[in-house]
Amino acid sequence: MKLLEYQAKEVLASFGIAIPPGKVARTPDEAAAACSEIGPVAIKAQVPVGGRGKAGGIKLAQTPAQARLAAEQIIGMDIKGFRVPLVYCEGALDIDREIYLGFTVDRDNRANILMLSARGGMDIEAVAEESPTAIAKLYPNPWRGPLDFELRRLVFEAGLGDLVGPLTKVIKQLYRAIPEQDAITAEINPLVLTRDGQILAGDAKLETDENAAFRHRDLEERFAEMLEGDRYEVEAKKRNLTYVSLDGEIGIVGNGAGLCMGTLDLVQRAGGRAANFCDIGGGAKAEVVQNALQVILMNPNVKGVLINVFGGITRADEVARGVVEARSALAMKLPLVVRLSGTQEDEGKRILRENGIEPGDNGWEAAQKIVAATR
Amino acid sequence: MILLDRNSKVIVQGITGREGGFHAERMKEMGTALVGGVSPGKGGGEAVGVPLFNTVAEAVSATGANATGIFVPPPFAADAIMEAADAGIGLIVCITEGIPIQDMIRVKHYLLSFPQTLLLGPNCPGLITPGVGKIGIIPAQISSAGHVGLVSRSGTLTYEAMAALTKAGLGQSTVVGIGGDPVLGLSFSDVVTQFEKDAATTHLVIIGEIGGSDEEKAAELLRHSRLRTTAFISGRTAPEGKRMGHAGAIVSGNKGTAKSKVEAFEAAGVPVAETTDQIVELLTVR
Repeated sequence: MKLLEYQAKEVLASFGIAIPPGKVARTPDEAAAACSEIGPVAIKAQVPVGGRGKAGGIKLAQTPAQARLAAEQIIGMDIKGFRVPLVYCEGALDIDREIYLGFTVDRDNRANILMLSARGGMDIEAVAEESPTAIAKLYPNPWRGPLDFELRRLVFEAGLGDLVGPLTKVIKQLYRAIPEQDAITAEINPLVLTRDGQILAGDAKLETDENAAFRHRDLEERFAEMLEGDRYEVEAKKRNLTYVSLDGEIGIVGNGAGLCMGTLDLVQRAGGRAANFCDIGGGAKAEVVQNALQVILMNPNVKGVLINVFGGITRADEVARGVVEARSALAMKLPLVVRLSGTQEDEGKRILRENGIEPGDNGWEAAQKIVAATR
Repeated sequence: MILLDRNSKVIVQGITGREGGFHAERMKEMGTALVGGVSPGKGGGEAVGVPLFNTVAEAVSATGANATGIFVPPPFAADAIMEAADAGIGLIVCITEGIPIQDMIRVKHYLLSFPQTLLLGPNCPGLITPGVGKIGIIPAQISSAGHVGLVSRSGTLTYEAMAALTKAGLGQSTVVGIGGDPVLGLSFSDVVTQFEKDAATTHLVIIGEIGGSDEEKAAELLRHSRLRTTAFISGRTAPEGKRMGHAGAIVSGNKGTAKSKVEAFEAAGVPVAETTDQIVELLTVR
């Protein structure tokens, strides 16, 4: 779960990290009120993606009137496919230095990596490319977390030795997000040192692990409702389906994530674009196929559906019966191409033909058929 | 054949669960040397025609088991992996999908103390050595024994490729699914290294997907390999920042793209199939 900035800051503050004064505003009036209370503020779009500054999602306001105008412009804006539901009005800081602090999962090393750099306020990936030595790194022992001397070494390596005491403390506080919230990425960029010597989180990113949601129901209850996800993805999640929304016109049902991805590639190769896909996993019983088709068809952009199933343990004839049942239960009229393969393939194809569904012989042929049928 | 051979004695952790029981049955059917099952509190009983034990350690001392298949639910799976390692199991295959990433990071660290122990998965279909046995959920009926090694991050694409190979008369030495999670046990490189040492494997199919850079590293190893290899990468059209069904299948910024993987294989002289049907074609022309 990717938290919004104000939510991430709420979590960081609960760990003892200082954050600037701020208020959430859902309307321009609320933004104006926040400004009259806090003083000069930054009006910041709350979306779970980076790059909102460049997209015009952050504006400075000196007066309540300016805050109202900025909020009017930002609320409802579309940033990388996310509609901005609300803004965070945050007190402006008197910045002396901007530092980068974060951790993420380093897949190559199968470990958490803590990173600290004196070059905060810019994209850390850009820093990594330009001057990799400007980022100090630490792989903490995942059982006991980082030790004091390791953190001191990290701070000195980053060239921030003059702040060794306060920075060590902040890093320890941030690290709590791993054992306590199952965070997989957290970033404070910039971590601001103000002219009067305070250290505060200027921005915050926090992503928690969906696989660990079962032990953090509290977090989900507090925040999930505010996260404006894709509504089809939300619906699919309720039905326990693995579903991904995309922006084309062909719906895809497959079993297995790899096969689904492979099918999207085939559709694009054939000149079409996938609207979404649903992974029905190993079972592929009629009920599951029906459930998947229902979610796929909720998206009005879908002009046709391609079902690509490999029957291993599930037999292809069972899948064929499931597809036929699901189609009639849903009274589905859109073009449908089904590619079945594996155990009992011939029987599966016979069932499809008998019911007026043309089977595709292989994935590539099926992809071409559905693209042609939706033209 | 690699990893699973005629000396393998296999137990199943979570054998009294629905999935564990069903697949233990299939494993036994194809001739796998299944010697026991573990289910805490049910020791002394029997399931799938093999004795049950309360702990892995008991199972090992009573049966001489050296390999395990784990089918326990996500909240308990990390512990099950460590229990198996502690009991001296040499090959741990974890099928469970949905294990928290931080649990797996701790497991990987724990396993550093067991350098002889190999972990396959989690969130993987397991492995099969046709004619010998399997641990996991790969359907045996589409396999056939031969000299093609296969290693993949995806379950169903593995089955597709196996079925196509079998249909073309190309048997497999061992088929290995490494899994779709971001924090994994054996990597592509680990498995490629094993196949490289196996004289009975002459050809290799490697099926990767977006996310991470394990494919790029394996490509580097294959540059000077004796194995005649074909690769396939899924997720070529995946948008940046979206998790594509597998927890590990995500392009982050400019990292983990299909393009980078395809280029790495091509630079190493490994042809990359555009569709799964092309895999067999490319493998046989070489």
